[in-house]
Amino acid sequence: MTMKAFSFGLKNLAAAASFGLLAFASAPALAVDIQEVTSPGGIKALLVEDHSNPLIAVNFAFKGGGATQDPDGKEGLSNLLTGLLDEGAGDIKSADFQAKLDDLGVSMSFDTGYDNFTGSFRTITDFEDQAFDLLHLALTEPRFDEEPVNRIRGQIVTGILADQNDPEKIAGKVFRETVFAGHPYSRPDEGTPESLATITADDLKSFRSRVFAKDDLVVGVVGDITPEELGRRLDQVFGDLSAKAELTPVPMAVPVMGKDVHVDLAVPQTNIRAAMPGVLRSDDEFFAAYLMNHILGGGSFTSWLYEEIREKRGLAYGAYSYLSSYDHGALLGIGTATRADAAPQTVDIIRKEIERMAGTGPTQEELDKAKAYVKGSYAVRNLDSSLAVAQTLVGIQLDDLGIDYIDKRQALIDAVTLDDVKAAAKRLLDVSPTVVTVGQAAS
Amino acid sequence: MIEVKRAVSATTLAGILAFGPVFGAGAETKTEPGSAAKADAPSTAKSDAIAGTPDDHATVEERITEFTLDNGLQVVVLPDHRAPVVTQMVYYHVGAADEAPGESGIAHFLEHLMFKGTKTHPTGEFSRAVADIGGQENAFTTDDYTGYYQQVPASALKMVMAYEADRMSNLVLTDEVVKPERDVILEERRMRVDNDPGSQLQEAVGATLFQNSPYGIPVIGWRAEMEKLSRDYAIAFYDKYYTPNNATLLVAGDVTAKEVKDLAEETYGKVKRRADPGTRERALEPEPLAARTVTLTDAKVTQPSMQRVYLVPSDSTAEPGEAEALDVLSDILGGGTTSRLYRSLVVEKGIAAGTGAYYGGTALKEGQFAVYGMPRGEASLADIETAIDAEIAKVREDGVTEAELERAKNRVRKNMIYLRDSQTAMARRVGAALSTGRTLQDVETWPDRIEAVTVAEVAEVARKYLTPERSVTGYLKPQAPVAADAAMGGAKPAASDADAAKPAAAESRS
Repeated sequence: MTMKAFSFGLKNLAAAASFGLLAFASAPALAVDIQEVTSPGGIKALLVEDHSNPLIAVNFAFKGGGATQDPDGKEGLSNLLTGLLDEGAGDIKSADFQAKLDDLGVSMSFDTGYDNFTGSFRTITDFEDQAFDLLHLALTEPRFDEEPVNRIRGQIVTGILADQNDPEKIAGKVFRETVFAGHPYSRPDEGTPESLATITADDLKSFRSRVFAKDDLVVGVVGDITPEELGRRLDQVFGDLSAKAELTPVPMAVPVMGKDVHVDLAVPQTNIRAAMPGVLRSDDEFFAAYLMNHILGGGSFTSWLYEEIREKRGLAYGAYSYLSSYDHGALLGIGTATRADAAPQTVDIIRKEIERMAGTGPTQEELDKAKAYVKGSYAVRNLDSSLAVAQTLVGIQLDDLGIDYIDKRQALIDAVTLDDVKAAAKRLLDVSPTVVTVGQAAS
Repeated sequence: MIEVKRAVSATTLAGILAFGPVFGAGAETKTEPGSAAKADAPSTAKSDAIAGTPDDHATVEERITEFTLDNGLQVVVLPDHRAPVVTQMVYYHVGAADEAPGESGIAHFLEHLMFKGTKTHPTGEFSRAVADIGGQENAFTTDDYTGYYQQVPASALKMVMAYEADRMSNLVLTDEVVKPERDVILEERRMRVDNDPGSQLQEAVGATLFQNSPYGIPVIGWRAEMEKLSRDYAIAFYDKYYTPNNATLLVAGDVTAKEVKDLAEETYGKVKRRADPGTRERALEPEPLAARTVTLTDAKVTQPSMQRVYLVPSDSTAEPGEAEALDVLSDILGGGTTSRLYRSLVVEKGIAAGTGAYYGGTALKEGQFAVYGMPRGEASLADIETAIDAEIAKVREDGVTEAELERAKNRVRKNMIYLRDSQTAMARRVGAALSTGRTLQDVETWPDRIEAVTVAEVAEVARKYLTPERSVTGYLKPQAPVAADAAMGGAKPAASDADAAKPAAAESRS
């Protein structure tokens, strides 16, 4: 087993930041000791040891193994799989598997996005040997018995049907189909009742064996475990996976701009979504765009959209923007919801704020404040549990940011200039957005 | 309350309204999973400075300290030195159930208006100060309490305490800020209720269950009354209830009790008692005599569902042991995938997409116990109700087994360990308890009281409280028969849950 230990002391960086012109309180002195662990069998993981509670949290991902890997006509396959890995594995049938998890106090859950298939696991150290065995079985020998397959499929189908007239769900679907037309990102990752009906146990088995492999696996671990123990656990859980994943290549998506789509629905409040081009995580201008988005609509109580739509005019409860940086495409999304008769006015405000950002851009003070937030919030946000840290360790690896990313991140943000932000705004926002509205047509 | 791994999802009895800039308290803001770092290393721990304070290896409960300032402000400190972060929460012991008749929604409206500035700090300054250091903040209103919180770097604790203490007595409201904010809460009502038939049914069930108690009035308020809320109503409510002797301050995180005490004296200690709200009164429910049903039919409903809510005692009003027994009962009956309802309706009979049970016991007065189910496939609402009735009859007649009880207790033991992993979870529990007539000791002894529950006690509360006359059954129905056919056969193209407009947590990053 090889180990590399890195220690990040952000105290100095935080202190340096507080010498800025603006009198911000200093960012928290964050010290996360991340170790890179390689198991005897060659499986790597990032580890943060924390022996203060008798817990171990493990997050992992199969990179590129998300819903884009669903075969055409079998949309929803990866999502269905997330519900079935803990429904019986090896010789243990569904009810017994659930009872064992319950008795041991293990939480085990799986999720899929468009790009990645992810898992989240937490155990108390008293029972860790049996707990890790169950995780191993779930990943390598899931049973896919008829009863649980039909049950979980039925639950998903029922959920899809129940949401048919939900304005937010409709807005999301139309938004996706418009902006990512023709690309796998336009497909419903939960599937449709029709596509789900075609999925068999063989489809599930084939997806598992194609996607779950050592070469697309990344792992993050936090808790009461030493690097040596973790090395053994990595081989115990993941050692039987195949060496190489067989992933279907995914083309780059070019978001479609300039479309206006309205869906008529008899509800008193209209959902509004808008899309602009975004940036890939690997883009050199990522942080310039990230800070620009923060000022436009990412900063919760302080952004332009929040100020103009909610604070000044009381038009909506929420108004926000975000960057979606997928592996194969990126967009900047905007959303809000307002009473039907105010929808045209609200869309106009969104267009004007986009134009203002592309034209004049933010002030130096706005940028400085955005930087302070984006740096400081890194430690404050999602500190609530070991799983959140484990998720961060996975995210750093998925984006190939490097084990020293937490240290580098502040400098990357500090290096962004006002001109960089203005240039990013001009590059991304100097086109007409795609706008989706769901509600009653404005008279 | 017993916390289960698979969250109960269909009913939200708590009725908490979070004041968030975005829908669903931040669900749509860009989270930064790639950046959600945690300084969790033991090396960041420092020893507690107070003599006699248990060390960092003690459990959270053992490290909790409580004291009261001269002006009556109750203070609770929950040290956790794993990350250099602190959370400040102020719980005012006032909620929607304290509103005067005709003023529904004023408690929640005031919660929004608390962000509008004070004599010394103009509107938005506090929020900007929190944002400038990467802090998180929010607020929420329930029937019995109203809370405000900030999560910030530990070095910023004094700053957020000073701002929070300031708005305890110095709030300034003008029509210029009040009127747009009233439009905001009306939009919030449109979003949460008017756009959603399920929420409308929830309001109707609540209004029917509580025949006399203000718990029957929605926290967000009835629209016609919300439209009339004004600056004067808000200030009157503020002057009556927002005073240090009617609040609890909780500080959790990388701080010592001594530090908090000094800072609290320096900030909140200077706030004068502004009022004496006196004993908290609630109109009480008469003994219920009639089983009631409520049906909401709407063309937008594509899947029917049902729920039944029973009027039961809360943690605060129950006879000794009853609330704990109801908690265990809800877990055995409907907590997660090993529960009786899930095994029977979802697995064995295969008639339900979801089902469960829930005990809402955190209340100053009456509590609620709910069961719910949504049919799947060919099953009807009547099939679901019959099966749920059968499970309730069974538990009332035969009680639960020793093995089931032991498993439920085991879950509580495990969950306590996980609870200690969260800096704020214990603080939220304490805050809610102290705002609903309970004590810190009640929170600390809760695991022991669960251990003491017997099978006889569980059967007894089932027999005593899960009776038809104590209940309201609510049905959510499509406008038959067109939509029902679509739901059965999937004839219509389905909208999907997947939503590119919301950043999927695992996919967005910085």
